[in-house]
Amino acid sequence: MIAEFGLAALWLAGALAALQLLAGVLALTMRDAEGAAPIAALVRPSAVVQGVLATCSFGILVLLFGETDLSVKLVAENSHSEKPLIFKLAGAWGNHEGSMLMWVTIMSLAGGLIALIERRLPERTLIATLAAQAFVGLGFYAFLLFSSNPFERLDPPAQEGLGLNPLLQDIGLAFHPPTLYFGYVGLSIAFSFAVGALLTRQVTPDFARAMRPWVLGAWIFLTLGITAGSYWAYYELGWGGWWFWDPVENASLMPWLAATALLHSASVLAARDALRAWTIMLGVVAFSMSMIGTFLVRSGILTSVHTFAVDPERGAFILVLLAIYIGGALTLFALRAGTVAEGERFAITSREGALVVNNVALSAILAIVLLGTLYPLLTEAFGVKVSVGPPYFNPVSAIFFIPMLVVLAAGPLLRWRRDSLRRVRIELAMLAAVTLAALAAVAASTAIGLLPLLGMALAIGLALASFMPLKGRSLRRVPLATWGMAVAHFGVAVALFGMACESAFTQERLLAARMGETAAVGPWKIKLEGVEPVAGPNWTALEARLSASYQGGAPVEIAPQSRSFWAPPQQTSEAALLTRWNGQLYAVIGEEGEDGRWQLRLWWKPFVTMIWYGGLLIALGGLLALVGRVSADLRRRHVRARVAVRRGEAQ
Amino acid sequence: MRVRWSLWLPLLLFAGFCALVAVQLFHPAEREVESAMIGKELPQFDLKPASPDRPGLKTADLQAGKPRLLNIFASWCVPCAAEAPQLAELERGGADIVAVAVRDRPEDVAAFLARYGNPYSRIGADDLSEVQLGIGSSGVPETFVIDGKGVIRYQHIGDIRPEHVAMLLRKLQEAGQ
Repeated sequence: MIAEFGLAALWLAGALAALQLLAGVLALTMRDAEGAAPIAALVRPSAVVQGVLATCSFGILVLLFGETDLSVKLVAENSHSEKPLIFKLAGAWGNHEGSMLMWVTIMSLAGGLIALIERRLPERTLIATLAAQAFVGLGFYAFLLFSSNPFERLDPPAQEGLGLNPLLQDIGLAFHPPTLYFGYVGLSIAFSFAVGALLTRQVTPDFARAMRPWVLGAWIFLTLGITAGSYWAYYELGWGGWWFWDPVENASLMPWLAATALLHSASVLAARDALRAWTIMLGVVAFSMSMIGTFLVRSGILTSVHTFAVDPERGAFILVLLAIYIGGALTLFALRAGTVAEGERFAITSREGALVVNNVALSAILAIVLLGTLYPLLTEAFGVKVSVGPPYFNPVSAIFFIPMLVVLAAGPLLRWRRDSLRRVRIELAMLAAVTLAALAAVAASTAIGLLPLLGMALAIGLALASFMPLKGRSLRRVPLATWGMAVAHFGVAVALFGMACESAFTQERLLAARMGETAAVGPWKIKLEGVEPVAGPNWTALEARLSASYQGGAPVEIAPQSRSFWAPPQQTSEAALLTRWNGQLYAVIGEEGEDGRWQLRLWWKPFVTMIWYGGLLIALGGLLALVGRVSADLRRRHVRARVAVRRGEAQ
Repeated sequence: MRVRWSLWLPLLLFAGFCALVAVQLFHPAEREVESAMIGKELPQFDLKPASPDRPGLKTADLQAGKPRLLNIFASWCVPCAAEAPQLAELERGGADIVAVAVRDRPEDVAAFLARYGNPYSRIGADDLSEVQLGIGSSGVPETFVIDGKGVIRYQHIGDIRPEHVAMLLRKLQEAGQ
């Protein structure tokens, strides 16, 4: 019965999206302003109720997974009664239908939130925005209801569920996809804002200020999602790598790059009323990248280590949706962007100029990643199969990444509109000196590759540069948003440092160890104490007991496992990690050899954790900026309200 | 008003993308393509060793009378790591496997083999993808069945999954008859 409630809520939510779209279109097109007013008044409430209904529907699906209702097909196919509760719940979105429902839910929630709290946009633009949001939502409702119904019943009910991919039975799964989805789908707001502004031709600084917190929110989630995903792949896949340029990873990186560019260009639009058309374009591109990425991964068109269900019919459905939404938005852009008046002009040597360089570089990296991801597809169309890997992505993206870092260091020091490098020459000289000194010091002390070397030097220079905009200011008066920028930029430096160290200094040992044998890797001595079978809730494992001692200190016990799940049968490798301030020990147990020795893989990865700390710092910077912007907004709203009240009293 | 054609460019690119993807969706490239190289002789090549503990690879090694598997791989390729257990199984099944490492560095190859096992009797370093392209392979990993006279009998594109092992051993046996 409860599954039917979920389905009914979903249908109702879809119907409200239709109403929201219809009312929005009517309100915008009617000439009779008085007649349009009651229709326009329908738009906001429909958005709110739609959000509530979709959330109910998703909540019901989670509930069904929680109690393992095997009369629901999706539950029977993806869950198992013996799974731990947290993985049962997470199973609700660990499959195609559930994740699409989550997608729609987040999208309608976002629409509902805009309807509830957005007051800055002109009312017509807001209605156009909500109509656009409903239009995009409708397609996904249709997709769910007609081709991916998550509430489909199974008659007779299954005796037992088919389980869940054990690679995905990890706490990472519980939080990783939802986080990423908040990011992906949050960008739909930027898309709808852009479409709304194009429809009413109101691309103003106020529009950018209204859009910015939403983009920031989505961007924070994306940043966290990518960071978590990278760490998850690192410890769960057991390969010791943290980024594989896999299509799924690229699918999350591309919207992030676009959203990062969008954040910066929106700042220019908000502060200086420039880059109007470009900001609109990025708003469209960011969400398009979310959709394209999800489509490429979900349709199974690109093969990837992550591939989910492959279904050409569903692929075709999503492709049609993509063609309508992205194609429609780009057509609208082509028709309207020319009529959006050109914004303010500025000199190249200025804050805007630096941000333009940042935008160009980010867009170029985005293009490189997109091209590399699509290239196998392109050549396959001509009957040639290729796979594109790090030898392409690393050096080619570095070509743009490195200049971008230079601008990232210098840009925040410049003034808006017009500035001269002479004014900041001392700061620039200092940064250059620090960077060059770091470069020389690293190059002299160790022999490492060019990219890691440049990376380390730039990271050190950048770490200094990120806090330079605060120089000479009263720290307590610096707006929170500026702190946010400094922290986020510092996060980039930290992550870059981690990446460079990992690639330059990682040490690896592979050995077939006898019981009691000791091996050294980096500053660690690791002794194989024993191998024992252990059992978990739905798996058994061989667990190696290793005692690891750091620089001859007291030994610490670690226990990497080779796990065998029985539903479905699959082997996974659970790495054991030991973290010290200056790096991480990574141990994996392999198979037993015929002579009774055990394969052990050991890595010492200096400063590898900096990669993810950097990611967290970037997200934290975003959060500071978001809090700063929103609280400033609220203060302004409060002041305005008071002024209005006083005026009323005076009259 | 002057029409700004550049504004249409994003739409045009997107249309190209849609066309490309639609082609892939509705005419999925056949996964079991018959390679144009089947039945042809291997081109002449002589590759230096890609790893210190195995000899390099030249055409004559593959014309020595015994059918062999020729695996095209690279240490930077994730599917290549994924197929390592299957290669080990093929080796246990009696296959003599030789390899070409594409665009790789000796230390990376050594690390890769140390990590995932070394089923190869010979490994040639193909730094410029010349041999790879010469024998009709365009990606990694790929595996060829070569009969004892140096003629390509079968081409397997993509990673070897567990279900392919028996088929490859059969092809290898057929090539020996």
